[in-house]
Amino acid sequence: MIAFIVRRLLGAVGLLLVVSAVTFAIFFLVPKAAGVSSDDLAARFAGKSPTPAALAEIKERFGLDDPVPVQYGRFVKALVAGDTYDTGTQEIDCPAPCLGYSFRTSQSVLDQVVDRVPVTLSIALGAAVLWLLAGVSIGVLSALRRGTIFDRAAMGIALAGVSLPIFFTGLLSLAFIVYKWELLPAVNYVPLTENPAKWFSGLILPWVTLAFLYAALYARLTRAGMLETLNEDYIRTARAKGLSERTVITKHALRATLTPILTIFGLDLGLLLGGAILTERTFSLKGLGQLALDGVNQSDLPVVIGVTLTAALFIVVANLLVDILYGVVDPRVRHS
Amino acid sequence: MGDKATGTLDEGAVGAGSSPPTAFLEVRDLRIHFPTDDGLVRSVDGLSFALERGRTLGIVGESGSGKSVTSLGILGLHNRRNAKVSGEIWLDGQELVGAQPDRVRRLRGRHMAMIFQDPLSAMHPFYTVGNQIIEAYRVHNDVSKKVARKHAIDMLGRVGIPKPDSRVDDYPHQFSGGMRQRAMIAMALSCDPELLIADEPTTALDVTVQAQILDLLRDLQEEFNSAIIMITHDLGVVAEMADDVLVMYAGRCVEQATVDEAFHRPLHPYTWGLLGSMPRLDRERSERLMPIKGSPPSLINVPVGCAFSPRCAYAGLNDGRSESERPELVELEPGHRAACHLPLEQRREIWESEIRSKL
Amino acid sequence: MKRPKVLATAAAGAVLLSLGLSACGGGDDGDGGDGNGATAKFDAGTTGIVNASEKKGGVLKMGMSDDFDSTDPGNTYYAFGNNFIRLYSRTLMTYTSKPGADSTKSSPDLAQAPGVPSDGNRTWTYKLKPGLKYEDGTPIKAADIKYAVARTYDRGVLGKGPAYFATLLNAGDYKGPYKDKNLDNFKGVETPDDSTVIFKLKDPFAEFNELVTFSGQTAPVPQAKDTGSRYALHPLSSGPYKWEGDYQPKKGGVLVRNTNWDPATDPNRKQLPDRIEIAAGLEGNEVDNRLLAGTLHVDLPGSGVQAAARQKLLTDPKLKANADNPLAGFHWYIPINVKNIPNVECRKAIVYATDRDALYRAYGGEVGGELATSIQPPNVAGRQKGTDFYTQAQVGYKGDVAKAKEALAACGQPNGFATTMVFRSDREKEKAVAEAMEQALARVGIKLTLKGYPSGTYTGEQFGSPAFVKKDKIGLGTYGWAPDWPTGYGYLQPISDGKAIVSSGNSNPSEFNDTQVNKLWNDVVKLQDPAERDKVYNQIDERMREQAAYIPNVYAKSLLYRPTTLTNVYYHAGFGMYDYANLGVTG
Repeated sequence: MIAFIVRRLLGAVGLLLVVSAVTFAIFFLVPKAAGVSSDDLAARFAGKSPTPAALAEIKERFGLDDPVPVQYGRFVKALVAGDTYDTGTQEIDCPAPCLGYSFRTSQSVLDQVVDRVPVTLSIALGAAVLWLLAGVSIGVLSALRRGTIFDRAAMGIALAGVSLPIFFTGLLSLAFIVYKWELLPAVNYVPLTENPAKWFSGLILPWVTLAFLYAALYARLTRAGMLETLNEDYIRTARAKGLSERTVITKHALRATLTPILTIFGLDLGLLLGGAILTERTFSLKGLGQLALDGVNQSDLPVVIGVTLTAALFIVVANLLVDILYGVVDPRVRHS
Repeated sequence: MGDKATGTLDEGAVGAGSSPPTAFLEVRDLRIHFPTDDGLVRSVDGLSFALERGRTLGIVGESGSGKSVTSLGILGLHNRRNAKVSGEIWLDGQELVGAQPDRVRRLRGRHMAMIFQDPLSAMHPFYTVGNQIIEAYRVHNDVSKKVARKHAIDMLGRVGIPKPDSRVDDYPHQFSGGMRQRAMIAMALSCDPELLIADEPTTALDVTVQAQILDLLRDLQEEFNSAIIMITHDLGVVAEMADDVLVMYAGRCVEQATVDEAFHRPLHPYTWGLLGSMPRLDRERSERLMPIKGSPPSLINVPVGCAFSPRCAYAGLNDGRSESERPELVELEPGHRAACHLPLEQRREIWESEIRSKL
Repeated sequence: MKRPKVLATAAAGAVLLSLGLSACGGGDDGDGGDGNGATAKFDAGTTGIVNASEKKGGVLKMGMSDDFDSTDPGNTYYAFGNNFIRLYSRTLMTYTSKPGADSTKSSPDLAQAPGVPSDGNRTWTYKLKPGLKYEDGTPIKAADIKYAVARTYDRGVLGKGPAYFATLLNAGDYKGPYKDKNLDNFKGVETPDDSTVIFKLKDPFAEFNELVTFSGQTAPVPQAKDTGSRYALHPLSSGPYKWEGDYQPKKGGVLVRNTNWDPATDPNRKQLPDRIEIAAGLEGNEVDNRLLAGTLHVDLPGSGVQAAARQKLLTDPKLKANADNPLAGFHWYIPINVKNIPNVECRKAIVYATDRDALYRAYGGEVGGELATSIQPPNVAGRQKGTDFYTQAQVGYKGDVAKAKEALAACGQPNGFATTMVFRSDREKEKAVAEAMEQALARVGIKLTLKGYPSGTYTGEQFGSPAFVKKDKIGLGTYGWAPDWPTGYGYLQPISDGKAIVSSGNSNPSEFNDTQVNKLWNDVVKLQDPAERDKVYNQIDERMREQAAYIPNVYAKSLLYRPTTLTNVYYHAGFGMYDYANLGVTG
């Protein structure tokens, strides 16, 4: 098991390097192919109507004229060995893992990422709890009452949930629930450690909105999985033992149904931890997704790479956890 | 329960009406139908039989003849939403078809248990063997986990699993096929059921293991004095295990007799066919098996008249009655019933002259 | 001299675009004058102060969908940034904090009086007020202003702000204080004592006070406190508020009272709220939602509400009473390229044939804008309305087909000609304008081919590139312009001076290069008297239209919402939005 985890972690490091290299390539090579010069790139960090001299200074400062592999090498070196950052008046030490400093705001990218992780984490985990509870219970009930009005209604709503984009449901719920009927306070992130009640009330709407989307998906998955599991021989065995229907469903059927869903859940959560972009944008929450969006919009390479790497890291870790957890849940995996 | 006894009882069925029977298990005019989009599937269509404790009934027939559906029907495991069950099932004086599902559930596992045919798929892959036996025991016995665990180890030991105190924590996939079947049996027997239904308990096993399992069942029956229903398409198993035989075809009983009668003086052409398709070690190798021609009928469109007639070599000997009139199950000799239009004497003659010699 | 262009920013453009076609009438607002005690009715904040109050306390909440270009006063360019930094940064001069036309006038801030020119407008001398302090209680010194100006020379570290000082000052090849630590090497500004700041210019420049008023770059920065590119995170305050902790870009920050700010030295700012909370990166509709709900007081970019909220405002009389519809400072006009259409008679034919009514409606009618006469919009100080050339600034005026045909005949093209019109394809209104022009000109035989380009590259690489204009034979296009500072020079020079034509990002897409006008530009910077200069600007404005190189179209109007809890609200024409340094809140 330990060897397995070590092997996977080493693989993850390689993967992250590839991800960062690809991000670099996309950032520099794609615009280049589209005819954008390094002057144009520098102009994005300058004010209005920059002079050629100003552009030259920016290019020199950010090293934009260096060959892309050199820039990438510098990035990796900073990541491994740390770097210093020149603000003009002083050299700031940036210890490894140094993700560099924002071209735009001169802030440490790592600090920004660390600052934003709790927001995204709060959104993602809260929503995950909701969508798992709602999605799984609706899916189970739907499967058990297959063909009834409940089942049809639930699956109809689920289809809507899967189809409706989050900015639609989000903006709609904001307009009505917060601003028109004033049922909930305005969406706002307050750190859990600062005020748990406000943390909770400020995030209800994003949780519900995000969970609606995923719960719909999970309800459908759970229903399909449950129907399949209920046809398994071991469920018949469980009933033949004289177990109550509740035990049969919760202990025997649900466990087998949830195991494959766990894999999907891990990936979904990993993806979401890398930034719930639409949710964060819709509800103006300052998470990793917004940071990524801003980074891309402002051609802020260090931020883009920093967030991309963080997101990739979350996905890799989520994958690893799922694999480990799968071993715990499914003994057949453990022993093979 | 009176309203349950409306089906026409086959002639010769044990008992009549809805009065509690004397036999330990009595099935009366059991009908299990499944409505589907293609039509009504009559998986079991008027089955009656009785069984005493300590005795073994072998139910034989081809796949789809209704054997397994019958056994699940006795245990009450059919989903009431997609299966229509009628008739009566009396177990130790209690009627089960009309009973509250929860009452039947309490009987399951404790008074009647089942051994399923494929123990790999029939045991939960995520729980240890011990855990599954413990669960079966504790649902009917209010004991601590520790006591139940000890019981599970005992049971595993009794079904011949070596080092049961360590194997108890193994998962089903860590057991070999025979071991799994033993574990399955241990689970079924954990509450000392009076009725044990074994559905093809040895089909998936190799021959030596098969013999061990059958020995085990026999020993356990002696010990617990259980009634056993042995469902199989393997007449060899029946010959070895059963006291009585019930031959099913297209959801109905076509012949019922003691093992001795059934093997030596069978009175139904289908039974002859089954015997003819049974490989035997004491037979010349050069002789070919005599499989039954054709395939079992659709249970949606069961042939009018004798359901077996399309495949029966003697159907033409009945002046067309085979295609128009269903033969009733008739007690021809004490304890021996068969459903066939052929005159009894003619059947005996055909058996003696044409069939027996070729077996 | 190259002048950075201040074109309609994407945000401003988008908002102006969002001003719909529904022309709900604006109320007649009567007196535009004294600015006190205006009641909350539609457009009241355009000419007077709404909810005038001296009540202190409360939390003022400001928000925006994007972010400042920078919170460093030396590194911000946008009008809303310059408006916002007044809360914590004082400059030598600032805009007068009064409603109406007064707001475009300069007022001394750190300086005792406007800069005194000498040496033929080449030297400008300012004297600081006594007793000025930073938030930490240390005195503000002249050298700090010199340093603040010096740091704008390093375009690598602070590249976003205006580059006027580096262009105008006589400082040789000075590279800025980050590369050259010795401030004495910076010769562009002299500080003979702690309260005197002297700017040394290469060439005469008459509107130096206006430049110093518009730019935040004379906000003092003590060299010891400068953190270079990170100074934006916590600029040292000289104004009524100071930063509580750091400003967090893309997230926001909090301003609290600066107790070392002395209101006696500052007639242009109040210090009413206890705290000012700034939230960046809000979703666009969320900003409007919060404004309407009263949980946000100010939409910082100040360019108006989005389409959804606009609809609500214009249809609900109660909401509408809290809205203002001022001129935003932009003029959406149509340059005619004089290189591709060199004959003035042919250009006149285009102006004659233009359907002004259709263009007016394309920009949303009364709520969207005002029919333009002069090129300079009304916010420009000293601007005269002017007379119409070859067109009429009237609702319902569809053009003069007969006169257009006469002009075509005079041009030698009696059957018309063909040319190309460009527009920003992602702006619905510009598309409508182009289509209206196509139809109108077709009446006289001038065939327009319409071509749309994305707004991201339009002013830089297509209409802003003379080479591209030549290659594609572009005759005219949609355009919008707002000045860095509201004088005729600030508005007209970049769009009409032959010297201002550059190879990319050209803001004179007419390529108007008129000897008469060029001479006027060379001379006007030497004139001491503003009134004299204004006369020249209006003369240039007239010549631009007389040469039929520009079709006047619409002066843009924005639709601003002021929550009822906001006090001391008025539209400040100098910034083109509400004045942020004087707001208060009730409750």
